[in-house]
Amino acid sequence: MSFNQLIIVALCYVAFLFLVAFAAERRAARGQGGWLRLPIVYTLSLSIYCTAWTFYGAVGYAARSGLEFVTIYLGPTLVMVGWWWIVRRLVRIGRTQRITSIADLISARFGKSTTLGVIVTLMAIVAATPYIALQLQSVTLSFQVFARAGGQDWGGAEINRAAIWIAIGLATFTVLFGTRNLDANERHHGVVIAIAVEAVVKLVALLAVGIFVVWGLSDGPVAMLAEIEASPIADWTQSGSRWAGLIFLSAAAFLCLPRMFQVLVVENADERHLQTASWAFPLYLMLMSLFVIPIAVVGLRIMPNGANPDLFVLTLPLSQGHQGLAMLSFLGGFSSATSMVIVATIALSTMVSNHIVLPLWMRSGAAPGAMMSGDVRHVVVLARRLSIGGVLALGYLYFRLSGGGTALAAIGLVSFSGVVQVLPAMLGGIFWRGGTRTGAILGLTTGFVIWVWCLFLPSFGTDAIIPTGVILNGPFGWSWLRPEALFGITGVDPVLHGLFWSLLVNTGLFFIGSVLSFPTPLERLQGAQFVNIFDNTAEGPAWARSVATAEDLLIMSQRIVGAGQAQAFFTRAALRQGKVDGLPDVTQAFVASLERELSGSVGAATAHAMIGQLTQGAAVTVDDLIALADETAQILEYSNRLEAKSAEQDRTARALREANAKLMALSVQKDAFLSQIRHELRTPMTSIRSFSDILRGGDMDPADTTRMAGIINTEALRLTRLLDDLLDLSVLENGQVTLHMQAGRLSGLLDRAIDAAGAADLRILRDPSLEGAWLETDLDRLCQVFINLIANAAKYCDAPVPELRISASLIEGRTTVDFTDNGHGIAPPDRAVIFEKFSRLGDSSRAGGAGLGLAICREIMQRLGGDVAYLADRGGVCFRVTLPQAAGIAAKDVATVVAR
Amino acid sequence: MPDPDAPLRPVQGRPGLFLARDSYRQRRLRDAARMLPVLGVVIWLVPLLWQRDSEGFGGMAAAVVFVFVGWTVLILLTALIAQRLTTDGEAAVDSDTAP
Repeated sequence: MSFNQLIIVALCYVAFLFLVAFAAERRAARGQGGWLRLPIVYTLSLSIYCTAWTFYGAVGYAARSGLEFVTIYLGPTLVMVGWWWIVRRLVRIGRTQRITSIADLISARFGKSTTLGVIVTLMAIVAATPYIALQLQSVTLSFQVFARAGGQDWGGAEINRAAIWIAIGLATFTVLFGTRNLDANERHHGVVIAIAVEAVVKLVALLAVGIFVVWGLSDGPVAMLAEIEASPIADWTQSGSRWAGLIFLSAAAFLCLPRMFQVLVVENADERHLQTASWAFPLYLMLMSLFVIPIAVVGLRIMPNGANPDLFVLTLPLSQGHQGLAMLSFLGGFSSATSMVIVATIALSTMVSNHIVLPLWMRSGAAPGAMMSGDVRHVVVLARRLSIGGVLALGYLYFRLSGGGTALAAIGLVSFSGVVQVLPAMLGGIFWRGGTRTGAILGLTTGFVIWVWCLFLPSFGTDAIIPTGVILNGPFGWSWLRPEALFGITGVDPVLHGLFWSLLVNTGLFFIGSVLSFPTPLERLQGAQFVNIFDNTAEGPAWARSVATAEDLLIMSQRIVGAGQAQAFFTRAALRQGKVDGLPDVTQAFVASLERELSGSVGAATAHAMIGQLTQGAAVTVDDLIALADETAQILEYSNRLEAKSAEQDRTARALREANAKLMALSVQKDAFLSQIRHELRTPMTSIRSFSDILRGGDMDPADTTRMAGIINTEALRLTRLLDDLLDLSVLENGQVTLHMQAGRLSGLLDRAIDAAGAADLRILRDPSLEGAWLETDLDRLCQVFINLIANAAKYCDAPVPELRISASLIEGRTTVDFTDNGHGIAPPDRAVIFEKFSRLGDSSRAGGAGLGLAICREIMQRLGGDVAYLADRGGVCFRVTLPQAAGIAAKDVATVVAR
Repeated sequence: MPDPDAPLRPVQGRPGLFLARDSYRQRRLRDAARMLPVLGVVIWLVPLLWQRDSEGFGGMAAAVVFVFVGWTVLILLTALIAQRLTTDGEAAVDSDTAP
């Protein structure tokens, strides 16, 4: 097969891809492309992870380092198998927030920051350029192989020419299908379907070569295993840290590579496709790596020494004369390279146009407002096309500069380590609300700088950029800055070393920066939306006080997403607002949804800025915050008031309960009182009634008659006294008593009381010298108290010769009079009740009273402003009457006057 | 054990002890889906252990077979679980694992 035939086949294949892409675009445009959204298409589109590095490089990798190549596929397998953790979240965020690229994700998460968008875009370009160069290199190398087989020996000039043509071809395809529609969320159906076809081609090609090797060049699987055991590969020993480190690196890169983000998140048509892809993509990866070791083993056995193991997939069938298989293998490698380059350039061009060109353009020419200057749509498309060309040109440049000498796999790992610098900001952004813009910028830039110093610059080869002396001794002789032994830690694998330090410092600074800085309101809103993506899909931050009219917004939108799409969106919005025709009202919700729609085309930061220009206000102004704070304060105050009210109600309820308890107790007391009264009244009445009955019957001797009349009289007197007492007490208790103030000497009052009490049996002991106090109070009432106390002593004193000592004294400036008898006193439990109504101790018949005396005494004394109390431990019963204060002081003054 | 809810519901046609049996199964399936990458890590770190230990068994061929068999098992498990998971049912929120 001649070289020209190969060229023709390759061109036919490319033409076929163009046709497939065109057909898919047309079907999608007609709305017939249901099969374009099959989960299997999504899964196959993920296969751009398997680039030429996989197709050719994996075998070379296996030939050099044995099983280690498989780590590059185990990492993504773990990510997809664990889709429920991260990928599902990323896809949901990407869909609800209309994320267009990984730079857009980081920028949108950290407050729609333009700076972050630029940083991530630049990092992605720097990291992706060697990778694109790698693809160009692999395709040109495969051309070279065929050229050599066809008898031509390619020199540098031919290789470069081939690389240029490949780059131009790829740029054409990408521009044609990758910039067709501006809205990245509208998905590039043509590109996706072409990639899916290429995915099938490369899988079939690699499997075909593998089957040929195992069953054609060896004797089946068992023999193959024996051959593996016998091959030089079996001597290889695996470093555990490198094994684990590379699995982590590939897993992280799978999430962070811009092209993987493009197919995984941006081109995702349906979240449920993840369910299929979660197992189908690992299956694809496994099939891709299944025959890598057999091919490497057989290649090492058959091919001459010095043959490039990176090209075994191609040279092995060729050396055995299987032209067709070699052609298929070539197409597989070609597919791997082209699909990767196409998607990578689309992703990078989206990032460049949205995060670098548009912000610059807006800042320069569009100062008066996006609607005044030229067609944004035109600018965006042009920016994308130019950046596609630019990215490919950079790749070609790198290819020329590096000379294409280094092993493919080494560049791949360096590139991977570069893109995973986004990982801390990305995971921190979607799982941790505390991540801030400052932290992300710090972490990203520092991690990137370390990566450039430790991995990227040395990857050009010794003395290419960094002189050997610097690598060995560090810059300016600072040995702790040696690119492969930072801080003097030597002996670590260079890739692991660079990855470890860059990610460690990156994550550390991201965390410290986030913890120490304070996020803007927009950052906090976005953070909450990203982290709580599954909790609620609330609307984005509201645009406050919009001054833009719907016409302004429509004009601007038309310039970005095109007239048809913009008008359709506005019509839908108007319908949602209940308007049958015309433009929608510019509500906050409408502006927020419009911003999301636009961010699907030009990225979150740019869309935010554009809407901001029209609505002439930041999303969250200080006034809004103050209003918000006011509202919060009002709510707080209201809740405080409610709380106070509820506390007051609690207090009232408690008071009511207490009052109720008191009433209940009083009611019990009242019942007891009434039953006492009934008893007290009934007893005399009963005897009066029965004796008067007997008297009415007549026929009795005069002595009995007299006795009975006496009893009736006594009982009637007792009744009268009881009623008097009751009346007295009730008057006193109700406070209706009127006091008749008189003046008099205590001694005179006591004389009166002793006479009135008429206690003949009682011997009264007095000390008249102490009784000179002059009183000014209701003397009659006071006398009543004294009489009561003296009568009580006469009644209750149980001594054989009852005595009552009456002694007045001055205690703390108040005159007191003690009435002490020589009896046994009152038992302690009874002391508490002696002043209660109807409390009679011991035998009531002997007392002959209703038990109201002491109660009346206490009432009287309290009315007069004094008191009466029982004093314990005075030998007998002792009552102390404390005379009213004013009266006491007056008495003292009078006493001194009298004494003079 | 007597069911404390028993007096409240009619005895005949008694539903199972778990009323939300399906959503409970869903939540446990999600737990299983979360554990799959852990299983993968365990599977693929095993060859590191044995390669250092013995020369006889831990050969290259055995490692290759182990890695690929483990891969297949993981893919089968993922397929099995993913097919049974419902993603759109956000109504069946993890009531017992949600924060």
